[in-house]
Amino acid sequence: MKEKVGVYVCHCGSNIAGIVDVEEVAKWAGVNLEDVVVSKDYKFMCSSLGQELIEEDIKKDGLTRIVVAACSPHLHERTFRRAAETAGMNPYLTQMANIREHISWTTKDKKAATEKVKAMVAAAVERVKLQEPLEPKFVDVNPNTLVIGGGIAGIQASLELADAGYHVYLVEREPSIGGHMAQFDKTFPTLDCSACILTPKMSDVGLHENITLMTWAELEELSGSVGNFKAKIRKRAKYVDEILCTGCGICIEKCPRKVVDNVFEAGIGVRKAIYVPFAQAVPKYPVIDTETCIYFDTGKCKACEKFCPTDAIVWDQKDEIVEVDVGNVILATGWDLFDCKRIPQYGYGRIANVFTNLEFERMCNAAGPTAGKIFMRDGVTEPKSIGIVHCVGSRDKNYNEYCSAVCCMAALKFGHLVMEKTEAEVYSFYIDMRPNQKGYEEFYQRLLDEGMNFVRGKVADISDVPRLPGEEGKIVVQVQDTLLGKQRRIPLDAVVLMGAMEPRFDAKELGLKVGISCSMAGWFTERHPKLDPVATMTDGIFIAGACQGPKDIPAAVAQGAAASARVQGMIAKGKVMIEPIVATIREESCSGCRICNNLCPYNAIDYLAEKEVSFILHELCKGCGTCVAACPAGAITGAHFNNAQIFAELRGILYDAMGETERVPEPAVK
Amino acid sequence: MSDGTFEPKIVGFLCNWCSYRAADLAGSSRVKYPPNVRIIRVMCSGRVDPTFALKAFELGADGVLLAGCHPGECHYLEQNYKAMRRFSMLKHTLRAMKLEEERFQLLWASAAEGNRFAEHVAKMTDEIRKLGPLNWPRNWIEKGVGDKEIEKFLKEHEEAMEVPAR
Repeated sequence: MKEKVGVYVCHCGSNIAGIVDVEEVAKWAGVNLEDVVVSKDYKFMCSSLGQELIEEDIKKDGLTRIVVAACSPHLHERTFRRAAETAGMNPYLTQMANIREHISWTTKDKKAATEKVKAMVAAAVERVKLQEPLEPKFVDVNPNTLVIGGGIAGIQASLELADAGYHVYLVEREPSIGGHMAQFDKTFPTLDCSACILTPKMSDVGLHENITLMTWAELEELSGSVGNFKAKIRKRAKYVDEILCTGCGICIEKCPRKVVDNVFEAGIGVRKAIYVPFAQAVPKYPVIDTETCIYFDTGKCKACEKFCPTDAIVWDQKDEIVEVDVGNVILATGWDLFDCKRIPQYGYGRIANVFTNLEFERMCNAAGPTAGKIFMRDGVTEPKSIGIVHCVGSRDKNYNEYCSAVCCMAALKFGHLVMEKTEAEVYSFYIDMRPNQKGYEEFYQRLLDEGMNFVRGKVADISDVPRLPGEEGKIVVQVQDTLLGKQRRIPLDAVVLMGAMEPRFDAKELGLKVGISCSMAGWFTERHPKLDPVATMTDGIFIAGACQGPKDIPAAVAQGAAASARVQGMIAKGKVMIEPIVATIREESCSGCRICNNLCPYNAIDYLAEKEVSFILHELCKGCGTCVAACPAGAITGAHFNNAQIFAELRGILYDAMGETERVPEPAVK
Repeated sequence: MSDGTFEPKIVGFLCNWCSYRAADLAGSSRVKYPPNVRIIRVMCSGRVDPTFALKAFELGADGVLLAGCHPGECHYLEQNYKAMRRFSMLKHTLRAMKLEEERFQLLWASAAEGNRFAEHVAKMTDEIRKLGPLNWPRNWIEKGVGDKEIEKFLKEHEEAMEVPAR
């Protein structure tokens, strides 16, 4: 039986029709391509009217195959499959030709664009005729969720899921949840105390019956697919028995080893070798850092053990691998601070009184190393003047091109705190002021009123070498003041560098573990930048918070909630569709050579010794097609991407090329 | 070839997850590149059977581009390495058949690298435009490869021609 193909060419407003002669293409396809019985162009194929057009034609003209030449299949393949299904056709008998992203948006020459569209339409028509009806599989969704990262985004996501009645495994690398937010003193623009709003949420997580909290732990391996993942989590040895430990803190008090805390205290405070990062830590149990613990170094000490009233110190504890089954995964792994030493002319690490923003956050914090007092590096002198340098490592082609989004507001917050706590004069060196959310502009106006000095320009150099009178013993900020139009040298006592937010150093590694990709800058890539900001290209993996891109607390919370809502949707539905694009071995053609067996990364190919043939376990097959291409006997077919379909696509795509060769095999055009 | 200048036809086999999305991104960022590449989507670069490239040349393509995820970033863990091996193997064969290097190229482009994709297409188009039409396999015969050469080639690579028997 001959197929009856319907071709629909979308104008996409002027997005396609502005470059491509869509009417000409539709007419051409109707006349020149074999088996095309309906060929139309329409303003917006994805609109409900466009879809109805297809549905009507299927019913009226008995179409058996549909080709839609429009945008990328990643956007609307599902739309048109659904339309076909509504009209009673198998959804896999449709094919899209991507003529917007791949042609009209990338081509200037109208004639060449139209010619290319014809080839792409011909390819789709040739291919669609050979497509086979496929039935998608549905699998149950495990209602448990794995959340990686216990910062504010991960906390929010976990709590929303747990409150809805679903179980959450929350994995955190540090000894306590809280993330960067726990390090801050005040939060802009309302200046409410960070700990006051965060710690209730943290203890909710710690006490929630639906949350299994695993701190000092990391994801080791993730296998399976949407609905049914298997996660291996490495719980590093804490050397503290969590059942016996009461969190009294005597061990911490008695530990003789003090070390600089480069994580929570950002390098300006100390902790012990056995420690909790901060007083309100959740869970309250300390961990022993084996790299600095005297016992692990010399075999002597055990002060913590001697003084522990409940004998909770366990020296022979080992790392534990915990396996959990989950249906979905939310990544909320946050950000790292830009290494300000990478910009040598700003003097960080060389000039004592140049601080990073995280150091300064800790200094402002009442629970921090200076008890909230703002001092110079010597720990006693109050600065008389402070400069805050924006965009350190961001908005700079040498480091990161993106804007870190939070630094303007954080700098304003610092300005306010400095003026509140000290008599110091504050200078802000900014390129552009970007207070662009609710209440932010008002906060900027408030700081202008409070007397913070703003100098618009990028800082060229920060030096402790005096050149002019009045610069002795000061840090001199050299800046081009673009509003005054001249170079200025401003002597100050201390400088705060607003370092950029950067992707976690191991974000890429984690991305590979769970099968999602990173942007050029290294942030996790969302499914769609506007319309699907928390889903990823891999079904069942969601992202929230700063691991997706620089963002402040309200935005991270919103994403955490959004990701949890998406997961709840999946759980509520209970079943998830698995694409039926899998490979199958034709037993009668298989020689049993087993070449394919080792090619499969998912171990989906097994060997049946008694029949001397290989066979594919469809529940494990992800449909990459590598085995199909490798089979020397051609015994393996890849559904929806079989050889015949791809050769047909090739014939169509090169319909106009064959005149240039002498042989004209199997012409696609009648 | 309407206005007399030769415009090569290049077939691009792009993987669904990285390079096809790179091409999508080039489009949505309105990056302009020559319209000479015509794209076929496959789920993975590992799906690309060497015969796909040969078929494309036979059907009149002047060039074939194989594009996938960067090494280590494959959506299917490591299948792009298999694509890479097949690419090298086929490249070797095509070289023996006196096919110019530029006609068959491999590109790694992540979903974020729309620009990289566009730049590569522009460069490849330019290179092949300079080479002129392929006219395969006629060109091959004209260049004197001939039957004897093929036989010699087959003999040299006897082991590769063997299909393991059961």
